Amino acid sequence: MSLDQDLPLLSVKNLSHFYGQHLGCKNVNFDLYPGEVLAIVGESGSGKTTLLNCLSTQIIPTDGAVFYRNRKGQSDNLYEMSEAQQRILLRTDWGFVRQHPRDGLRMNVSAGANVGERLMALGDRHYGKIRDTALDWLEKVEIQADRIDDAPRTFSGGMQQRLQIARNLVTNPRLVFMDEPTGGLDVSVQARLLDLIRRLVSELGLSIIIVTHDLAVARLLSDRIMVMKDGKVIEQGLTDQVLDDPHQAYTQLLVSSILHVGS
Amino acid sequence: MSLDQLTNEAPAYNFAYLDEQTKRMIRRAILKGIAVPGYQVPFAAREMPMPYGWGTGGVQVTASVLGESDILKVIDQGADDTTNAVSIRNFFAKTANVDLTTHTSEATVIQTRHRIPEEELQEHQTLVYQVPIPEPLRFLEPRETETRKMHALSEYGLIHVKLYEDIATHGHIATTYAYPVMVEGRYVMDPSPTPKFDNPKMHKSKALQLFGAGREKRIYALPPHTDVVSLDFEDHPFTIQEWPDTKCAMCGAEGVYFDEVILDDAGNNMFVCSDSDYCETRQSEGHLGPLNADYKERMQ
Amino acid sequence: MYVAVKGGEKAIKNAHTLFAAKRRGNENVPGLRLDQITEQLSFAVDRVMGEGSLYDPELAAMAIRQAQGDLIEAIFLIRAYRTTLPRFGYAEPIETGKMAIERRISATFKDLPGGQVLGPTFDYSHRLINFDFDAEAAPETPPSSDEDIDLNAEVPRVSDILGKSGMIEPDHQFDEGHETGDLTRTPIDFPTDRDVRLQNLARGDEGFLLALGYSTQRGYARSHPFAGEIRFGEVEVEFFAEELGFAVPIGTMEVTECQMINQFKGSAKAPPAFTRGYGLVFGQAERKAMSMALVDRSLRWKELGEEFSAPAQDQEFVLSHSDNIQATGFVEHLKLPHYVDFQAELDLIRTMRKEFDAQQNENGDEPKMEAAQ
Ligand SMILES: Nc1ncnc2c1ncn2[C@@H]1O[C@H](COP(=O)(O)OP(=O)(O)O)[C@@H](O)[C@H]1O
Ligand SMILES: [Mg+2]
Ligand SMILES: [Zn+2]
Repeated sequence: MSLDQDLPLLSVKNLSHFYGQHLGCKNVNFDLYPGEVLAIVGESGSGKTTLLNCLSTQIIPTDGAVFYRNRKGQSDNLYEMSEAQQRILLRTDWGFVRQHPRDGLRMNVSAGANVGERLMALGDRHYGKIRDTALDWLEKVEIQADRIDDAPRTFSGGMQQRLQIARNLVTNPRLVFMDEPTGGLDVSVQARLLDLIRRLVSELGLSIIIVTHDLAVARLLSDRIMVMKDGKVIEQGLTDQVLDDPHQAYTQLLVSSILHVGS
Repeated sequence: MSLDQLTNEAPAYNFAYLDEQTKRMIRRAILKGIAVPGYQVPFAAREMPMPYGWGTGGVQVTASVLGESDILKVIDQGADDTTNAVSIRNFFAKTANVDLTTHTSEATVIQTRHRIPEEELQEHQTLVYQVPIPEPLRFLEPRETETRKMHALSEYGLIHVKLYEDIATHGHIATTYAYPVMVEGRYVMDPSPTPKFDNPKMHKSKALQLFGAGREKRIYALPPHTDVVSLDFEDHPFTIQEWPDTKCAMCGAEGVYFDEVILDDAGNNMFVCSDSDYCETRQSEGHLGPLNADYKERMQ
Repeated sequence: MYVAVKGGEKAIKNAHTLFAAKRRGNENVPGLRLDQITEQLSFAVDRVMGEGSLYDPELAAMAIRQAQGDLIEAIFLIRAYRTTLPRFGYAEPIETGKMAIERRISATFKDLPGGQVLGPTFDYSHRLINFDFDAEAAPETPPSSDEDIDLNAEVPRVSDILGKSGMIEPDHQFDEGHETGDLTRTPIDFPTDRDVRLQNLARGDEGFLLALGYSTQRGYARSHPFAGEIRFGEVEVEFFAEELGFAVPIGTMEVTECQMINQFKGSAKAPPAFTRGYGLVFGQAERKAMSMALVDRSLRWKELGEEFSAPAQDQEFVLSHSDNIQATGFVEHLKLPHYVDFQAELDLIRTMRKEFDAQQNENGDEPKMEAAQ
C-alpha cells in the first residue's frame, strides 16, 4: 500500500484537444499523486474546462493519454476503457462538482435522494441505511437534517454547492474534479465553502483537481498549481513557490493583479 | 421488379391481416426478445386499422404468432366483454378465422390489456400484452438515446431514486401499476400498466409472455420460467394490493384483483372479480357471492 | 342486484349504426360525390395525401367523405390502407427542377430566371366571407400566361442559381455508402440523419410543424429565414425497370417545394454561406412546406455547430411527436377503460389518507373531516 502512495494516481501524457480547428488545450503533461490537490488557473478561455472535461472522460481528447491507477494498483489509459468502465469510474471512484449546481444535482428530487443516488446506483437496497448515510453527509456539509426531504431548488446557492459535494463524496471517491465550485457565490459564502472543502480534503485524504480563475482559492486549497494560457500550461509547481516567485511574465501579471486588488 | 407486378391488383388481406413478410419481421423481433429477456427490441411496427395506443403492438404480435389451430382469448381490464377487447376479438374473427374463447384454460393465445388472468397459465399458452410505453425509465429520463445507454450499462440507480422519493414523501412506494421489474438480473422492464398485484404471476411463469408496443415500435419478451423480480428496498419490500375481508359479490372469491362497483350515490359499493372468466367459472361451479341472484334464491 | 355489464359487442354495433346515420345527415340533402371533393376541396385532399403518405386524390376524397371531414381521421384511414399495399420498390428521386410550374415565387430576388409566377393562391385575397357566393357559377376564364414566361420551360431552382456562386451550401451530401433510410420499414434510431428526418417531417402534422416553425421565428432557435423559393406544380415520377435497364415514367404528381435560405456565420470548417431548410409536400401545401423547411433547418444545429436552445432543434422531441396518427391514438386511448389502474390508485390514496389521519390523531390534531362538523 505504501508503495502505491509513491505512484501517481493520474498520469497525463501529451494531452491535446481541438474543437474542429479551434484549440481547446495543447500538450498537457502532469502527474497527480494520491492526496494531492492540484489547482488549474488561468483566465477565461485558457482551456481549463476543456482539460478538466478530458481528464474526466466527458470529452475524448484529440490526442494523448491519461493513465489512472485503480484501487487494485493497476494503471490504465482512460481512453482505452469502454464507456461502461468510464461511467462506473465517474460514479464510484470519482466525483465531479460543477460550477452550476443545476448541472450537478437532480433539482426535482429531494436532498436525501440526491445524496443517496450513487449508493443506490452501486446496489444499496436498504432505505433506512441509505437515509442514515445521507443524513450523515448532510451533517458533514453543514446542511440541517430536517432539510433532507426538501428539493434543492429551495436551497441557497451555497447550500446547493455543499449538497453537490455531499452527493459526490458519499461513495468515498479517490479523485474529485471541481470546476469553479465557488464561482457564483458571494465572498462570505465562498469562504465557508472553501473551509469545508479544505476540512474534507484533509479528513478524507482526497485527491482533487480544481479549476479556478481565482488565485486566492488556489492558494488556500492547493498543494500544486498549473497556470494555463491559450490552451497551454505555461508554468507549474508547488503553489507557494509559483505564487511567491512566478517565473513567467504572464503569471507575474496574474499574481500582481491579485495583490493589487487585495491591497 | 417487373412491370407486370406493378400493374397487378393488390391481393386481399392475408391471414391475420399482416402480410407474411411483415410477420416474419415481427417474429424475428420476438425471437430476439426471447433470446434476451426484458430487452426492448426495435421493430418496424405497421400502421394498423385501429388507433395507436389501442393495442396495435399487441395485435401485431398476436397476428404474427397466431396459427390456424390456435384458440384466441382477448381481455381488457381482465374482462372479455369490455369494448376494446370485443373490437380486437372481432378483428381477429374477421381476418384470421381462428377459434375464439373466453375461457382462460382453453386459450392458446391470450391478448391482454392491463391484467394477467387469475388462473395460472400453462406451458402451451402465450400471453400477449398491449404496451403503451415500453420504457420503464421514460418518466425519469425522456431521451431515448440516454435510456438506451442506461440499459446497456445497467445503470438503474435512477429507478431506485424514484422509489426512495416515494417512501420519503408518502411513507411507502407509491407505484401501483406498471411497477418496474428486474428480469433475470439484467434488464429493468415495464410490465405494461398491469396492477402490481399481477407482478408475481410473471415470475417463472410457465407460459411465454410477449409484449408489443406499436406506437413506440418495441417488442420484448419473457420466455417461460424467467426470473422476474419487482424492485424494492430490503426494509420496504414489494407488496401487492390486498382487500382484507373482501369477497367477490358474485362468486365469493377472495385474494383476487377486484373491480369496485359503485351502487348508489350514498357511498355504497361492492367488489367483484376483475377477471370475468374466473368469476363466471366459479359461479358455474356453484360458488356464489352475497349479491348474486342465485345466492338469494338458494338462501330462501 | 348487480348484473355484470354485458353487451360490449352490442354497444359497439349500435354506436356504429348511429355514426353511419350521423354521417349521412339529412337525407333530403344530396350525398357528397367524390368528384365534388377532389375538385372543390383540393386543399383537404392534398393534406390527407401528404400526411397519409399516399398519393391518390380519389382515395383521399373517399377517406374524407367517410371521415365526415375529420382530416386526421381521413389520414388515419389512408395510412391503415397504405400499410397493406404491396411494395414494388422505390421510385427514382423526382426532379423538382423540371417541374411544370403552376406557381413559383421567391422572396429573395425581385426577378430571376423563370420569373415570379403568382399562380393560384389565397395570398393577397381579402379574407371576407362572400355571402353571395354561388357554388354553381362558372368562374372567370383564367388569363393566359404572361408572354415572356414560358411555363413549359425548365425553371431553375433558386438554390441552384445561388449555388453556382458558392453563396449557398450545396445539396445535402451523405457519406459514401449511405443508404437512404425508410421510416416505414425501420424504426427511427436516434440520433437520426437528415433523410429520415425529412421523411418524418413530410408526413408530420401540419399544425405541429406550423407551431414549431413559428416558434423559431419568435426566437426559439432563430435561423433568420428567407423564403428563397416556393414552387408548386407537376413532376414526373419514374421507376427503374430491371428488365428494361432504364427508368420509365409511371405517372405524374403535384408537389410543393420550399427552399428556405438561412443565414450562417460560418465556422472553423466552413466559410460563411447561406444554408438551407427544405420542405417537400404532396399537392399544394405551402404552409406545411414552409413550416417543414423551418423545422428541417433548426434540426440541423449540430451539423452547423450552432447552440442548442429550443424545442424545434430537439430531434427526439420533434420527430417523436410529429405524427398525428400516433398522437391522436395515444391521446384518445385515454377513453379506453382504465378501471384496473384507477382501482390501484384509488386503493393507494385511501391507504395514504388513512395513514395521514392516523398521524394527525397521534399529533393530537382533530382529523379535518370531524373538525368541520
Ligand atoms: N464546445 C466547444 N466548441 C468549440 N470551442 C470551444 C468549446 N468549448 C470551449 N471552446 C473553446 O476552447 C477554448 C478553451 O475553453 P475552455 O476550456 O472553456 O476555457 P476556460 O474553462 O479556461 O474558460 C476557448 O477558446 C473556447 O472558446
Ligand atoms: Mg471554464
Ligand atoms: Zn367473482
